[in-house]
Amino acid sequence: MAKEISATAGDDSERPRIFLSPLPRVYLDFVGKKIIAFSDTLYSLAAFALITLVVMFKKSRHAHLVVHPLIRSEIMRAGIRLLPMTGFLGLALGLVIIGQTVFLLNRIGVQNYTGTIMVTVVVRELGPMIAALLVLARAGTAIVIELGTSRALGEVEALEALGIDPVHFFVVPRVIGLALSIFSLTMYLILIALLSGYLFAFLQDVPLHPSDYFNQLANALTWQDFALLALKTSLFGGIIAVVTCFQGLAQPLRIDDVAAATTRAVAHSVVACVLLDAAFIVIYLVI
Amino acid sequence: MVDASISPAQSGRAAEVENVHWRIHPETFWVVGGVFGSGRSDLMATAAGLQRPARGVVKIFGDETFAIGEEMLVEHRRRIGLVFSNGGRLFNRLTIAENIALPIRYHRNWTEAEAEEPVRAILELTELLPFATQTPGMLSPNWQQRAALARALILQPEVLLLDKPLLGLDFRHQRWTLDFLSRLSAGGALYDGKKVTIVATTDNLQAWRAVGQQFALLKGKRWKELGGRAGLEASGALLNDVWADDI
Repeated sequence: MAKEISATAGDDSERPRIFLSPLPRVYLDFVGKKIIAFSDTLYSLAAFALITLVVMFKKSRHAHLVVHPLIRSEIMRAGIRLLPMTGFLGLALGLVIIGQTVFLLNRIGVQNYTGTIMVTVVVRELGPMIAALLVLARAGTAIVIELGTSRALGEVEALEALGIDPVHFFVVPRVIGLALSIFSLTMYLILIALLSGYLFAFLQDVPLHPSDYFNQLANALTWQDFALLALKTSLFGGIIAVVTCFQGLAQPLRIDDVAAATTRAVAHSVVACVLLDAAFIVIYLVI
Repeated sequence: MVDASISPAQSGRAAEVENVHWRIHPETFWVVGGVFGSGRSDLMATAAGLQRPARGVVKIFGDETFAIGEEMLVEHRRRIGLVFSNGGRLFNRLTIAENIALPIRYHRNWTEAEAEEPVRAILELTELLPFATQTPGMLSPNWQQRAALARALILQPEVLLLDKPLLGLDFRHQRWTLDFLSRLSAGGALYDGKKVTIVATTDNLQAWRAVGQQFALLKGKRWKELGGRAGLEASGALLNDVWADDI
């Protein structure tokens, strides 16, 4: 909140105020400023995403011996290193949700809906979202901190002075790396979740033959599920990478601004992923 | 620069230097003096094509900086080496060798093996070979500044811009830097005898007296050319006035 040193009407003198009010003086001003700031951020983010997309295609063959190792290291950080945690979450998802769902469905005699519910809940919704949030927490925050620190220390200007495009060097590898990582981790998580779900059901003596379980899953899955899953997870990765890179790079930062930029990036990424998820729900309903 | 006004990188602030008329001829050695806040760093950034002037025209190799396409601008930037002050803005996650190799690997699409020879040559020339596998954070500011110089030279630029290259260096590294730049200006082994055009900024013009060829001063938002070494000697009172104001 900007400091205001101004004379206020109604004061008995023209002395400036020296204490800040804890509440906004005019609520409409406050809300209006927030909306304008949000619109500005959205506009800048869209422009940044567009620039990234153009650079990604325009310079796809340029300096690939430098950029491709960066993509691989990003896949290592956001994908391979997260396999143990993803496996753990897949196990938990399977035991906690799938196992109980199968058990309850069996109790009310509608176990033939198992496949449909698993596909809807795990394959379409929880799997991609959990993988995306995991990557955001582990890799997304690291990206903001790295790039924010680079920005604050002037490394971006140093790259420009060397004739190296900062978007091509910093952003493109992260976008590609995160998109591939979230897609792969989602497949892995879904597989682990479905297997561990059946394991839980088996331990509960649910009369569900493995072939029945997997046949139900196979019957409930369509080619659109695979296509939309691939698209959704890639977009999650792209969104998280663009938002985190934007918060780290796009605006001048000081070192002490990096923490605030990190929390902003996480919040914006979560909102963007949820909105994208909602858009895909509409697509699933239509197809 | 033609009638240029140099503004700070942060937009919205008033110009730091106005009415700059400056032509840098090839193979010259310019030293620009000024106190803190006089606009030296922004002058270098504008000359390198990183910043727009608030007013006027800035041309690099005959082309107006922001009127040419991105590809041409990148080509021109490759012909200019810019060394930042205060540690040179090295990339902290890369080793010294990787920092130096990055420009040549990026622009020529080389592997590390292909870049090893020229990088090793620069490391030996700048006495940085023992530090090749260390990251910038492990080095003292003296060696960081030298690594920044090495990184700027890897593409063998025709013009070398140095922003306060002696700032924070101890006496030994200052002498080395001055001697090295003098040899570059005269045509050193690195460039097969070709002379490099050098522009350096400083807060102490006298330290460059024996090395520079052309001198200029930034004072009170104005650009003043002092001429050659004779002009620098003749402007003694003016320089005393500048530093006295700073104190």
